[in-house]
Amino acid sequence: MFSPIEGSVPKLIRIEVDGKPVDVPESLTVAAALLYAGVRTFRRTPVSHAPRAPFCMMGVCFECLVKIDDQPNQQSCMVKVRKGMRVSFMNGARDIQ
Amino acid sequence: MTIESFDLVVIGAGPAGMACALRADALGLNVLVMDENALPGGQIYRNISRSPLPDATRLGADYTHGADLVKQFGMSSVSYWPDTLVWQVSQSLEISFTRRNGTVASGQVRAKALVIANGAYERPFPVPGWTLPGVMGVGAAQTLVKSAGLLPNVPTVLAGSGPLLYLFAWQLIQANRPPVAILETTPTRNYRQALKHLPGALSSPGYLMKGMKLLRTIKRAGIPHIRNIGELAIEGAEYAERISYKAGEKSATIAAGLVLLHQGVVPNVQLTRSIGCTHDWDEAQLCWRPRTNRWGETSVQNLFTAGDGAGIGGAIGAQISGEMVALAVAHRLGALSTKALSERTTPLSRRRDRHSRVRPFLDALYRPSEPFRRPSDETIVCRCEEVTAGQIRNMARLGCVGPNQTKSFSRCGMGPCQGRLCGLTASELLAEQNRQPMEATGYYNIRPPIKPVSLGDLAVSYIPDENAAKPTEWIPK
Repeated sequence: MFSPIEGSVPKLIRIEVDGKPVDVPESLTVAAALLYAGVRTFRRTPVSHAPRAPFCMMGVCFECLVKIDDQPNQQSCMVKVRKGMRVSFMNGARDIQ
Repeated sequence: MTIESFDLVVIGAGPAGMACALRADALGLNVLVMDENALPGGQIYRNISRSPLPDATRLGADYTHGADLVKQFGMSSVSYWPDTLVWQVSQSLEISFTRRNGTVASGQVRAKALVIANGAYERPFPVPGWTLPGVMGVGAAQTLVKSAGLLPNVPTVLAGSGPLLYLFAWQLIQANRPPVAILETTPTRNYRQALKHLPGALSSPGYLMKGMKLLRTIKRAGIPHIRNIGELAIEGAEYAERISYKAGEKSATIAAGLVLLHQGVVPNVQLTRSIGCTHDWDEAQLCWRPRTNRWGETSVQNLFTAGDGAGIGGAIGAQISGEMVALAVAHRLGALSTKALSERTTPLSRRRDRHSRVRPFLDALYRPSEPFRRPSDETIVCRCEEVTAGQIRNMARLGCVGPNQTKSFSRCGMGPCQGRLCGLTASELLAEQNRQPMEATGYYNIRPPIKPVSLGDLAVSYIPDENAAKPTEWIPK
C-alpha cells in the first residue's frame, strides 16, 4: 500500500515480524514499518474476527494494536522500531492461559 | 516518591504548546512540556526537525513554517519530555504520566498552572466499509509521508471534504503519486451558506488564494474531481478493493487499494473531559469544546486550553492562542502586571482575529453533511465494539437518552479507543432519534486513565535526574 518516496536512502535495521526477519528503516514507528514491509492486516477483532489495520496513525483509533516483545495491545503507531524487536499479531480475543 | 513541581506544565508540543511554553519561559516561569510523541511539532509540524524526506519543502510552506518555532523551542530553557503519556490529571493539577524513553517509568508532577494543548484529530467518517484495512484518514496518510517518507503505491481515492483533502492531493501530485480520484462530499448548498462569510474570509491573509492554487494544480493534473457525493461505501473482502459512490442520480464504482477519508478535524477533548471541565456543543463546528473564559481558562481553576483542542482555529491561530494563554498564566502567577497583560495581549488578539476571520467561511463551506455524520443503519459506528448506527437508533427507541446508557446496552464506546472514534456519531444519532439538542444528549463520561497503562508501567517509579542532559539531537541546525 505504501512505499518510500523516490530519493530517500534510509538506514535499515532488522526486526522480527511473526517470527520472520524483516529489514525496515530505523526511524519508523512499528506501524509505519509494518506498512513498509507490506503488512495489510494488523489484527483481527475480538468481536467478529474482522481484519483491521491502522486508521489514524496518531494514537487515537487503537486499530494498529499489536504485540511487541510479548507485550500485547501496544499502539504500534506510537512506538519506534528497535533492532531485534519482536512484533506479532493479535487475532481475535485473547485466550486464557 | 518525589514529586517535581513546575510553575506551568504544558501538555502537547504542537504549535500552541510550543508557543505557550516559549512565551512563559521568556517571562521567567519554570515550564515543563510533556508530549506523547518522540519529536516536537504536533501533527501539523510532525518530523519537521528530522524529516525523512529528501526535500521537505515539497510539502509546502505551511509545513516548513514550523521549523523556526521548533528550533526556538529546542534552544530554550523549557523542560521538554517527549515520549510521555499523560493519563490522568486531578482538579488540583497533579499530573500522572508514563515516560517511555528507552525505559518505562511512571510518576506525577505538580503544576501551579496547566495548559492543555493536545490539539485535534480527524472527525470520524462512518461509511460502510470504513473499518477495512486500506481505509485510513487523509491525515493518517499524511503522517506517513511526514514521519516515514512513505507514499501510497496503489490506486488511491481521496474522499470527503475540507482543505486537507486538497492539500494532500496537491502533495501527492508533487511527489509523483497522484490519487486516481477525489470524491468530494461537500454539498452544493454549503457554497450558498458559505457565501455570506466570503468578505471575512477575503480579509484573512492568504487562505483562499492557497486553496485556489491547490485546486488549480489538481485540475491541471487531470485528476477526476467528482462533486456533490451523497453516498459512499468501501467494498472488499479482506481489505479495500473499490469504492462506490452516488453523486446526484449517478452511481459508480472505482477500483482502489487505498481509500483516504477526511471531513475536517475536531478538538481532542478526552483529557479535558476526564478532568471534569465543562464542555459546550459548538453548532458551527459540530464538535464539543471545553468552556473557557477569554483567557483560555476552563471551568477548573488554573487549567487553561490553547490551540485546536479548544476549538478549531488552524496552526497559526493555535500558535497565537498559545502565546496569549502564556500571558494569562504569567499574570495569574504574578509574573506579569495587569497593565502588561493587556498591552501584550492586544496585538496578539488582533493578529488572531485576522486569522480567525476565515473560519466562519471554512466552517460553513466544509460543514460535514448529514449522511456522513448520521450514517445508514448498517454502518459500523463504534469500530472497537462493532456497534452499528441501526443498533444505536434502536437503543434510542428502547429509551436510551444519552450515550452513557448505550454503553450498558451494547458496549458502544467501551473499546480501547474509549469513544474517540464513535463519540460524536453516537451522540448525534441519539440526539436526532430522541429529538433532543446535543447539549441535553451529552457525551460519554471519560474516566482516567485516558489511555491503557499496564501494571508493569506503573511499577517503575520515575526518578527525576537533575543532571540529565536535555535531548538536543533533533534541534534543526
